Amino acid sequence: MAATRLMPTEEGQDLIDLTREICDKELRPRVDEAERAAARDESFPTEVFRTLGKAGLLSLPQPEEFGGYGQPYEVYLQVVEEIASAWMSVAVGVSVHSLTAHPVTTFGTPEQQQALLPEMLSGDQLGAYCLSEPLAGSDIGSMTTRAVAEGSGGEPTAYRLRGRKAWISHAGHADYYTTFARTSDEEGRGLSCFVVPADAPGITFGTPERKMGLHCDTVREVMYDDVPVDASRRIGAEGQGMAIALAALDAGRLGIAAAATGLAQSALDLAAGYAQERQQFGRPIAANQGLAFLIADMEAAVTSARATYLHAARLKDAGRAYSKEAAVAKLTATDAAMRVTTDAVQVLGGAGYTEDFPAERYMREAKVTQIFEGTNQIQRLVISRHVLR
Amino acid sequence: MNIVVCVKYVPDAQSDRSFRDSDRTVDRDGVDGLLSELDEYAVEEALKIVEAAGEGEVTVLTVGPEAAANAIKKALQMGADRGVHVEDEAIHGSDAAATSLVLAEAVRKATGGTPELVMTGMSSTDGVMGVVPAMLAERLGLPQVTYASELTVGEGTVTIRRDGDTASETIEASLPALVSVTDQINEPRYPSFKGIMAAKKKPVEQWGLADLGIDTSQVGLDAAWTSVVSVTKRPPRAQGQIVADEGDGGSRLAEFLAGQKFI
Ligand SMILES: Cc1cc2nc3c(=O)[nH]c(=O)nc-3n(C[C@H](O)[C@H](O)[C@H](O)COP(=O)(O)OP(=O)(O)OC[C@H]3O[C@@H](n4cnc5c(N)ncnc54)[C@H](O)[C@@H]3O)c2cc1C
Repeated sequence: MAATRLMPTEEGQDLIDLTREICDKELRPRVDEAERAAARDESFPTEVFRTLGKAGLLSLPQPEEFGGYGQPYEVYLQVVEEIASAWMSVAVGVSVHSLTAHPVTTFGTPEQQQALLPEMLSGDQLGAYCLSEPLAGSDIGSMTTRAVAEGSGGEPTAYRLRGRKAWISHAGHADYYTTFARTSDEEGRGLSCFVVPADAPGITFGTPERKMGLHCDTVREVMYDDVPVDASRRIGAEGQGMAIALAALDAGRLGIAAAATGLAQSALDLAAGYAQERQQFGRPIAANQGLAFLIADMEAAVTSARATYLHAARLKDAGRAYSKEAAVAKLTATDAAMRVTTDAVQVLGGAGYTEDFPAERYMREAKVTQIFEGTNQIQRLVISRHVLR
Repeated sequence: MNIVVCVKYVPDAQSDRSFRDSDRTVDRDGVDGLLSELDEYAVEEALKIVEAAGEGEVTVLTVGPEAAANAIKKALQMGADRGVHVEDEAIHGSDAAATSLVLAEAVRKATGGTPELVMTGMSSTDGVMGVVPAMLAERLGLPQVTYASELTVGEGTVTIRRDGDTASETIEASLPALVSVTDQINEPRYPSFKGIMAAKKKPVEQWGLADLGIDTSQVGLDAAWTSVVSVTKRPPRAQGQIVADEGDGGSRLAEFLAGQKFI
């Protein structure tokens, strides 16, 4: 059942209609086979991203002056949710892509915005966000990838990047890599942000990780072997990297919260449909209150997940602080997705445990949402720091 | 080249469709509608022709109730330049002949009497009569080139390929002409968000029968040459016949198929 939405504008509703049409015609018919194939052969749905890009769905939230469509997060996130209800990996990709442009739209100089954004937001390109390292996941202040300044005295003219990033979505398929690297030894205050083109010499990729799910989100290590990066591609000041990374993650978390909500909605729809058809003891299993209440709890979880991300989105759209609310939304929506998808498998019984139905895939896909863009323990850290200051 | 594309707003085939008890016409209330998918091919082809020529306009024309404006909106979002919506209480229940009359007058009015190219889908996805294109061509006095799976516009001519069961025909007609297209001719584009925004500013004309000089007695249920006498819902699919295999399964299967004249 399509979610009930109250869109703030008519164009917002038109966007949802367009998204639903593309989901029905392009995404839903492909997702099962593509996810299965990617688990075997690491294929990547480039064509699907092209279709979304052509329709304008890869650059909705960025300002129009930069080539985006200036949509409020309240609208953009509901589009992400709709996409996730059809194909989780693709929705995560859309969210990650937005994340990669965030440093430039928010912290870039007007010259950098003019030079970089038209291509990044053209719909033809896909970005990667390179923050995590093998030894620096939750604790990004401990990262060791270095950017060594070049140039004689004064402002550096270029940098050389050396190090290794881990679990990078879109690695090997992206057109640019928004990369965080250390420019000084001052832990969290020693990080800087760079936009590295995919064809920069010295950048290489590991073999794709074998994952539990979300197979069409290709994830690999990215290796930097003295990769030259012009100083004009450093976003923000030296040492501002941590602040830039965290600001982008606040926004990115909302994308993950929205995607998790869409995933949970699909699991609920599947379970509700099955429960009304499957007969046991001479009646539909849904006629048992014990099962009907499980479905009710799933609906309550999905609806409240949606409410938390929309609340944070409206704060963000109004220019208010929303960091705590974004963490609450990410925590609530991804925990809801985990529970709802697990319960969907339960409702489908043995059928739910087989690959004949997507319930087991939903459950595997839900798990990662509790881990990336800040584990849910880290979300609690953020929330408690806001509450207990 | 200026092209008029006739499109229809139809009930979504995904949802339950029913007929009204009172006059046995399709019940459009409470059913989601959309631009007939078969008409999307005509819109796409018209857009391609105009884009390739670098000049000209695509006008989408629909005859239908208020909600039919959504069919025009979709075509404008895809890239058509302007819309014409003919809406009149009296049109309700019109048959194909009356519909083609209204369309013909609207095409004349929209083009100042001289259409260059009129395009349609090969049939609607709800009525599936497929006769309106031919009737419309006749009323406009245009050559009718139907079921095009490929279309080329030349100097004063239009050439199409029509694929039949046993042969493909290449047919040429002089312009102006009417062409109906099949679902093989192209891959209709999705609107883009840019298109959605642009569509809001595009002009849509609203005409009634009086604007077209058509008398209400010529259209509607009462003027229809045929009438629906009764409507029966298709019975739910019955359970198939189950044959328990008691060693003779093969022959009983063959008996069944022979009984149904399959073998
Ligand atoms: C499919 C996928 C895609 C990804 N895409 C990207 C990407 O595009 N870009 C990118 O930069 N990264 C990406 N990541 C990496 C992801 O962001 C990290 O895995 C995540 O931040 C956690 O880091 P970690 O794996 O090192 O876990 P760790 O930090 O080692 O954490 C392990 C466990 O310890 C807990 N823990 C850690 N610190 C604390 C604490 N202070 N208090 C309580 N508990 C704590 C964690 O919650 C977790 O349960 C991706 C990961 C996956 C799986």
